[in-house]
Amino acid sequence: MSSRLRPGPLLAGVAALLLALLGSVLLGAADLGWTRVLGEIWAQLTGGHSPLSEREAAILWRLRVPRAVLGALVGAALGVSGAAFQGVFRNPLADPYLLGAAGGAGLGVTLVITMLPQAGSAPGAAQAAAFAGALGGVALTWLLGRSAGNDAATLVLAGVAVGAFLAAGQTFLQQLRLESLQQVYLWILGRLSTAGWSDVLLVLPLLLVSGAVLCACGRLLDLLGTGDEEAASLGVHPGRARAVVLVAASLATAAAVSVAGLIGFVGLVVPHLVRLAFGGTYRIIVPLSLLFGGAFLVLADVLARTALAPAELPLGVITAFTGAPFFAVLLQRSRRA
Amino acid sequence: MAANSGAFARGVAASHRTRRAHVAHRPDHEDVMLGFRRIPALLLAVLALLFAGTSCATRTPSPAPEAPVEDPAAAFPAQITIEGQEPVTLPQQPKSIVSLSPTATESLYAIGAGEQVKATDQFSDFPQHAPRTDLNGLTSDAAAVAGHDPDLVIAPEGAGKLVEGLHELEIPVLVTPSAASLDEAYAQIETLGQATGHSRQAHDVTRRMRDDIAKIVADTPKPPEPLSYFHEVSPDFYTTTSHSFIGGVYRLFGLTNIADEAGGAGNDFPQLAQERIVQADPDLIFLADAKCCGATPQSAATRPGWDTLTAVRENRVIALDDDIAGRWGPRVVDLVRSVSDTVARTQRP
Repeated sequence: MSSRLRPGPLLAGVAALLLALLGSVLLGAADLGWTRVLGEIWAQLTGGHSPLSEREAAILWRLRVPRAVLGALVGAALGVSGAAFQGVFRNPLADPYLLGAAGGAGLGVTLVITMLPQAGSAPGAAQAAAFAGALGGVALTWLLGRSAGNDAATLVLAGVAVGAFLAAGQTFLQQLRLESLQQVYLWILGRLSTAGWSDVLLVLPLLLVSGAVLCACGRLLDLLGTGDEEAASLGVHPGRARAVVLVAASLATAAAVSVAGLIGFVGLVVPHLVRLAFGGTYRIIVPLSLLFGGAFLVLADVLARTALAPAELPLGVITAFTGAPFFAVLLQRSRRA
Repeated sequence: MAANSGAFARGVAASHRTRRAHVAHRPDHEDVMLGFRRIPALLLAVLALLFAGTSCATRTPSPAPEAPVEDPAAAFPAQITIEGQEPVTLPQQPKSIVSLSPTATESLYAIGAGEQVKATDQFSDFPQHAPRTDLNGLTSDAAAVAGHDPDLVIAPEGAGKLVEGLHELEIPVLVTPSAASLDEAYAQIETLGQATGHSRQAHDVTRRMRDDIAKIVADTPKPPEPLSYFHEVSPDFYTTTSHSFIGGVYRLFGLTNIADEAGGAGNDFPQLAQERIVQADPDLIFLADAKCCGATPQSAATRPGWDTLTAVRENRVIALDDDIAGRWGPRVVDLVRSVSDTVARTQRP
């Protein structure tokens, strides 16, 4: 088992992501014909004549491509933050929503939709509320955990408590304003169906920064994995290292949630898959989880769009459908090992 | 249906009997109309009215009916049947109804049973003076409903637990499923008429609905080529096929639904891929998510790729009233009118 990221796995990750993106651009509910799509791409590159009509070009460049890109970004964010959370907590069951991000985002969105229906329907309002809520949830967990010691186990327990509390708050608000149920659920289920370039531009900077920070933190996570004292003896401040990773991972999670809702299983399953295939050190797992997370979500979205085309399946359903059985298999294997 | 019309006939016969009984102290329309022929008779009628009013005011409470009863108690006991639901037996005319379905609430008021309605669910926002409570047909428990002391509860389909609870408490419950067609909607209104002792008025209401809708459809200019439409239920493109109730309304005008391919297999409410909507380029777009989710023709126009759509370019994106578009009550005529207006607009230069 190597401890450094070799070119082979890295290339595999990049290739998986590019192939997924290509498939996503070629396939969709609108039947554009993959040769014509390739012709259009070629025409854009060479300045030649496009085989697509104006409307078909709009479907390709303003609906399908941004959706694929957003899927890649969200999947990458969930994959990389899932790996980071698993590293920090030394717990293979950790996922990006562990520290109250899901509950916070849900409460934020519900608050805006139920209490400020006018502002809530403004473009970007629900996204902003989800983002703020997710960060708020993590901050609350952090504060609660800190008052009780701030070690990894305490943080997880604090996250469970905060998550349950925020979810209860959300349910309470929904009961007050039942007419908003539909809108809240639409958001929570997780979707890329309304994705456009504006969503991509909204989250791209956040995901670039947090993704880069997390990829750079692989070695820190490996050191933390050897134990706090060991890490300290090697010149790492465990508390500070944990804080950096958690802030970056929470930021990535919050950004993903804000544009795509709560999409489960990506952050849990993808790091496991990577660990199984390529080895056990976080220097490898973290960047590869970013690449394969992106590829996984893009492929899941292709399925969501094409399985029942021209109808859609909710994306969260696809990731759970493919993720949950996979997770069961993983559990079996880890028990036998 | 047979049970319905039988009860209807019973109701009409009985209504004649009561009318005779009521004439003694309550002049009704026919008497007043006759009075217009001669002034003295009119004066007499007015006097009779005054007398009736004062005599009622001074009389000690008597077992006379409190709510305005159109059909008589003689139509009861009645057995009420809605297809696919357990028949409900009502020993006498209900005087204290709890309606947990906004559609049923609208219908009850339209057929003159409003005064019998003692409480409605929180979504029953029409008519405005309906006695709204925080009850909810899908989440409230039987005790909360029983607290309003109903002698008839009208529940929406899907209120399974609540219905069980009310059965335990021996409170009659009429479950009203979502109508799948205009005919089912009419049948449901007439069933409500039978259940509340307003068969005749319910029949009048549905006849008027049929006539109004037929006239609106007949008066709508027929487009030279069939128009296609997209009916948006939610901003992430849940929609309805033409096999749904609302699809039936659009079918009246010969419109074709761009989501029909996506439905099928009993799914009348599919989620459509956005690129599919743009590719299909519907002639008309109806937004039934204006109230719930703030969709407007303006916001629809800013969605990616939507500026290429004919409906957007030609200003044929129409915001419907979510409630009217989501219910199968008497206001469906308003919905038919909106669709007619839109279809007519496409015919003008």
